Amino acid sequence: MTELSKNGAAVDESAAAQRPEAFLEVRDLKVHFPTDDGLVKSVDGVSFSLEKGKTLAIVGESGSGKSVTSLAVMGLHRLGPRGKNVRMSGEIWLDGKELVSASPDEVRKLRGREMAMIFQDPLSAMHPYYKVGDQIVEAYRVHHDVSKKVARARAIEMLDRVGIPEPAKRVDGYPHEFSGGMRQRAMIAMALVNNPELLIADEPTTALDVTVQAQILDLIRDLQKEFGSAVIMITHDLGVVAEIADEVLVMYGGRCVERGPAGEVFEQPQHPYTWGLLGSMPRIDRETSERLIPVKGQPPSLINVPSGCAFHPRCPYADIPKGNVTRTVRPELEQVSTGHWSACHLPTEDRQRIWTEEIAPKL
Amino acid sequence: MSETKKTDEAAIPQQTSASEGSADREVLLRVEGLTKHFPIKKGILQRQVGAVKAVDGIDFEVRKGETLGVVGESGCGKSTMGRVITRLQDPTGGKITFEGQDITRLSTGQMRPLRRDIQMIFQDPYGSLNPRHTIGSIVSAPFRLQGVEPEGGVKKEVQRLLSLVGLSPEHYNRYPHEFSGGQRQRIGIARALALKPKLVVADEPVSALDVSIQAQVVNLMDDLQQELGLTYVIIAHDLSVVRHVSDRIAVMYLGKIVELADRTSLYEAPMHPYTKALMSAVPVPDPKRRGQKNERILLRGDVPSPIAPPSGCRFHTRCWKATEICRTTEPQLIELRPGQRVACHHPENFADQAPQDTVLLSAAKEASELVPDAVVADAPAETKPAAAGDEPAAEEKPAGDKEPAAEEKPAAKDTASEQAEGSEATASEQAEGSEATASGDASKTAVPETAASKTPAAEPAEAAEPAEDAASAEAVAEAADTAPAPEAAEAAAAAETAGEKTGPGAKSTPGKATGKAAKKTPGKPATGTGSEESSGK
Repeated sequence: MTELSKNGAAVDESAAAQRPEAFLEVRDLKVHFPTDDGLVKSVDGVSFSLEKGKTLAIVGESGSGKSVTSLAVMGLHRLGPRGKNVRMSGEIWLDGKELVSASPDEVRKLRGREMAMIFQDPLSAMHPYYKVGDQIVEAYRVHHDVSKKVARARAIEMLDRVGIPEPAKRVDGYPHEFSGGMRQRAMIAMALVNNPELLIADEPTTALDVTVQAQILDLIRDLQKEFGSAVIMITHDLGVVAEIADEVLVMYGGRCVERGPAGEVFEQPQHPYTWGLLGSMPRIDRETSERLIPVKGQPPSLINVPSGCAFHPRCPYADIPKGNVTRTVRPELEQVSTGHWSACHLPTEDRQRIWTEEIAPKL
Repeated sequence: MSETKKTDEAAIPQQTSASEGSADREVLLRVEGLTKHFPIKKGILQRQVGAVKAVDGIDFEVRKGETLGVVGESGCGKSTMGRVITRLQDPTGGKITFEGQDITRLSTGQMRPLRRDIQMIFQDPYGSLNPRHTIGSIVSAPFRLQGVEPEGGVKKEVQRLLSLVGLSPEHYNRYPHEFSGGQRQRIGIARALALKPKLVVADEPVSALDVSIQAQVVNLMDDLQQELGLTYVIIAHDLSVVRHVSDRIAVMYLGKIVELADRTSLYEAPMHPYTKALMSAVPVPDPKRRGQKNERILLRGDVPSPIAPPSGCRFHTRCWKATEICRTTEPQLIELRPGQRVACHHPENFADQAPQDTVLLSAAKEASELVPDAVVADAPAETKPAAAGDEPAAEEKPAGDKEPAAEEKPAAKDTASEQAEGSEATASEQAEGSEATASGDASKTAVPETAASKTPAAEPAEAAEPAEDAASAEAVAEAADTAPAPEAAEAAAAAETAGEKTGPGAKSTPGKATGKAAKKTPGKPATGTGSEESSGK
């Protein structure tokens, strides 16, 4: 495990300096949950960095560790009765502060103020018993020493900002009185009430209709422009990624298999799993090719992650590299081009050839 | 696999009639005027105080061997529709005909023999399988209930079905919790296919699954259709998936079908504004297109309540093209183009159905806010009815389309915009001036709404007096080109009329074309004046 952190690939930027230059830097993050069935390695050595005003999209199937990564950044795993069981290692640097080793109190001060989160299901993320406005007021007053009146005005202002009609009236509404899209807007208002510099959105539009999804994505983009925050967008929808992301991080089996600028990852994806994701998506903008190209098999169990490359049981090209390496050696991230990393044993020439000759024409 | 399939066909003799050669496109299921209202009851007496009009009068048919996709936002009634056509819920009104038999009012007992022909795949692979039954007992339930004894025994048949959907026959004795979401969905599919149904209604069959698994299930359903000659009704909210699987697609909005067309027409030239908005909202996995946000139409707000749906066209509260008539008259679902039925007064990509109508102020405002410039500008002449009534300036687009006068068109436009820039006052004056002409034309063409819309090419035809020839149209167009600003509009209006009479392909009525001109001329440069409101942008 320790060889990972020594490896240059895992800590690519500013490895020498203790304190990173990037606004958010995650280095070799591991989050493991001991269970009765065994150790669940939800996140197993993920590194990335993010600047202010930029958007990072984390893509992957369910159970690939993308949500756990974001919860770890927020320090939400330490909460609750199970909190003690989590085994976390690695470093998370947010604006010069290290969060993994920080005390819960320190993290709590940052949470909501410097970093905030939008959850997938606003109905369960909001308290059904309290008025929407009161919940926003609470979030504001935790970090600001202001009167209720001022906080309420701020709540109304935020509701207005996220496009809720008649905010002065809706501030006294309950979550169930809001429609799905409205609720998601209210939650964005709540997350942004303290002008956080890091906004983590965990599948913010998955439960919404496309028309509402377009509204919400637009809203997040506008707000990001306005406040200059860094955004981590967790999603499984490559359409959303293309829409909003500057950088993409593809996760599989708790590890990052590919990372790079959005344009490059879509144009020149380097990992067979990324190809699989692209191939299995039906596209609305192209004439339908006869069949989708699915990834065969099932996502791996995080307790028994396959040996070697975790993707090898599903990878159609697992036998190309010689000497059975795909089954025995875990591939590390290697830089393909500037800022574009991929963890795959396939020789670069083979990768290029397969992508240009076999995959790209079929997409 | 195909061998076993054949033996099985023999195994269930009742099913052999399910024509495998689905080339004949006879209608398998026909739905007419179907409604489903859920009563809202209040008080001690449980008196009905209203109704949720989940499905409110829809007509469509499903042909043998095809896949009909049904899309719409949540709450548009698509799932209810699915449950009503499978008679899992009783319709409030309307008629459902399956293979020529009226099944609308059949009792549960009478329905039972038909159950083997109509099956359903449910959305939630977790909720639709009984956790206390083994897979074997779940998939064999249809045989038990229908009293069918397949050849070689139930167990063998179930194992064959499991392998058909890509599961291992050893899974027979396992329980649902031992399977992943994708595998469970396969179990649901195996169960639905057990009795070799003719029609399978799939309600969001893949939306609970991961992308890679989703593709597996989509391909599986595709293969099974080819192999077994199935007919699908696939209900989904994901337009990309629907595009991939469907032959024809119905778009629903608030309990109504607003557009029903074959896949290519619908995705390439959607006619209903709602369809267009819906499709423009789908994120495309191509970062290069991110900059080009201009095609996106943002619909504001949410779907209105189906308890009290808006009057007239139900979409008018969110539509950027809405006019007075949309608020008062409900558009009928009419076949405007072969194979493309639309319920709209002002369809996209087609001749307007109510060109002379006054634009609703709210709609115009909305249009200016929500619809990107590009959409408005791109919208061909015939799609810009909004301003017609208020601001009939002129343009000879139809003429230009058909006649050699094509070169004149841009020129005239230039003049027009120049003149508009030059003097707002003149522009609006001239607009008023030509209003008389235009409204005259309009009244001529203002055939009753329904009549106009029933025959796609009706308006030009009806307006067409014995033809003036192409030359004259050209001449007038030329005049428009050279004429000083104020007259240009009128001249062009004349050209327009002429062009319409001559060109068989001239799709527009004067009102429409002028509408566009109005937009091109005073509206654009003269921001902040009254013209802005009516012309949209």
